[in-house]
Amino acid sequence: MTVPSPQADQAGRPPLLDIRDLRTHFDTPDGTVRSVDGVSYRLEARETLGIVGESGCGKSVTALSVLRLLPTPPARFAGGEIRFQGTDLLGLSEREMRRIRGNRISMIFQEPMTSLNPVLTVGRQIAEAVTLHQKIGRRQAWQRAVEMLRLVQIADPERRAGEYPHQMSGGMRQRVMIALALACHPDLLIADEPTTALDVTIQAQILELLRDLQAKLGMGIVMITHDLGVVAECCDRVVVMYAGRKVEEASVADLFERPLHPYTRALMASMPSLQGRGGRLAEIPGMVPAPQELGTGCAFAPRCPLATERCRRETPDFTGAATGHGVACFEAAPARHQPVVLHRHAGARP
Amino acid sequence: MRHLLNRVAATLPVMAVVAVLVFLLIHLSPGDPAALIAGDTASADDIARLHAALGLDRPLWSQFLLWAGRLAQGDLGTSIFTHVPVSRLLAQRVEPTLSIALLTMTLAVAASIPLGVLAAHMAGRWVDRLVMLFAVLAFSVPVFLVGYLLIYGFAITLGWLPVQGYVPLSKGVGPWLSHLILPCVNLSLVYTALLTRMTRATVLDVLHEDHIRTARAKGLGVVAVLGHALRCAAIPIVTTIGVGIAFLIGGVVVTETVFAIPGIGRLVIDSVQRHDYPVIQSVLLLSAGLYVLVNLLIDLSYRLFDPRIRA
Repeated sequence: MTVPSPQADQAGRPPLLDIRDLRTHFDTPDGTVRSVDGVSYRLEARETLGIVGESGCGKSVTALSVLRLLPTPPARFAGGEIRFQGTDLLGLSEREMRRIRGNRISMIFQEPMTSLNPVLTVGRQIAEAVTLHQKIGRRQAWQRAVEMLRLVQIADPERRAGEYPHQMSGGMRQRVMIALALACHPDLLIADEPTTALDVTIQAQILELLRDLQAKLGMGIVMITHDLGVVAECCDRVVVMYAGRKVEEASVADLFERPLHPYTRALMASMPSLQGRGGRLAEIPGMVPAPQELGTGCAFAPRCPLATERCRRETPDFTGAATGHGVACFEAAPARHQPVVLHRHAGARP
Repeated sequence: MRHLLNRVAATLPVMAVVAVLVFLLIHLSPGDPAALIAGDTASADDIARLHAALGLDRPLWSQFLLWAGRLAQGDLGTSIFTHVPVSRLLAQRVEPTLSIALLTMTLAVAASIPLGVLAAHMAGRWVDRLVMLFAVLAFSVPVFLVGYLLIYGFAITLGWLPVQGYVPLSKGVGPWLSHLILPCVNLSLVYTALLTRMTRATVLDVLHEDHIRTARAKGLGVVAVLGHALRCAAIPIVTTIGVGIAFLIGGVVVTETVFAIPGIGRLVIDSVQRHDYPVIQSVLLLSAGLYVLVNLLIDLSYRLFDPRIRA
């Protein structure tokens, strides 16, 4: 691209992460599954971007695509670019990619109980990442592991470093995962549902910890979640995904104040709130269509109360990105902003 | 330490039961050793005298107590056929068998673990299929057939290695090893096949676990990730190795016969044909004891490989 991107900072530096029209497809015996089908988003340094959507909407596949952790085959990059500090990650060799993983881009996962190796001490697992990416000795790497455990507020880190994952609680293991991910001070942290498997009180502690560490270390965070509460808690901007596409993007304040896409509004209506008068929460009727079942038209149309003939025929483009609040919907004009009444039964698919 | 003592103590009742079973098995099975020793021309009187001399005319419980009492003092008895003390017979036969068992397993482990890990890494591709094809062939072709083919190829046609026989380690490592290579390669094929399949299956399982994704996400290369997986897959693999060694120590009749090696397996066959019951009893007891010992060692080694068992 010759035109400097509008979001590049004054120094003309490229954004930290710039995903453009990414298409990650899976070749299966039943045909091609387009798990991610034209997703774009970007992230600046020190920013936290939330990626929201139901299970199977492609948010995790997008993240795993960034680190190129998907097995190819069956996964295949059918198009697009993933620019990290200006470099297209999809063009790198596996060897070059290994130097980025865990070093400049790290990832933490949903399941703290199974994401650590059960037969190695946590200190060794952290030190292993450090010695891999930095030219320091084993003893110094171990010291770094202990420091990292202290940084994520694990009490008595010298002793804990010598323990195995099964000797720790879920919240503590997630702290270890964070320590492991941040051990080489990456520029970008991808957190894939980091609090989903944890108790509510522990969830709040982990989010708080991530915010603190971001302030200290200055990394950008991509926060993948299905929980709008998590988004409200810690993100600057949000991307809402549905069936492998981005349907809405806005700042957090904007999104909560003025959700444009019917899907976003339905998500919010299904969120419990303390101020609410109780009663039954709204649910979104129907299911996310399996990617191989997608036909033409807007993927949300079968579940959408506002869907028209046009929605079932054409796929809406993503518009309004320049204003900072974009949406992919024909019917999302602010004038149509009204209480969303959902059909009990999803309409026939095209 | 206390755990260790408990585990060792727990093997004693097992060994006692084995001793009773071994004794009953031999003494309740048909055939009269005295008649065999006395030969075809012996009279009933001769046989009766032999019975009395061997103690075979006493009641079974009395015979058992006599045997068990001597056993407790370390006396395994004397061969009724060669009149050599059983302990000396065993001592002569242990070295060849132990040499075969250990060298065979070393070869099998050295070949199967890399092959199994490679197959797991390449699961579903042609390398994997080739390795699995080899495993099926190595497991199903009869041992004696491969044995004779090896002798024909490497000993007779090429003349690189001796045809048959055994040279003790005390006569030099070179001759000892040259006599062992063919039988051990022959035997190790079966165990290589078994261990390759076991390694492939367990490593493949581990490769699907979440922590492997974490290992890759921190930037580890293929070899390091496979190392992680192998560590987690250690227990079933070590178990198979241990059981294999125990089995090999029990004697490998076919291989010992093909390569004319005077090991435990041949001793058992010869003794059974001669109804030489003091020898049979001792060999069976020794094999069972080694089996129990190896199992104990395998169990104890689990604590080395999986910290969760230590807790």
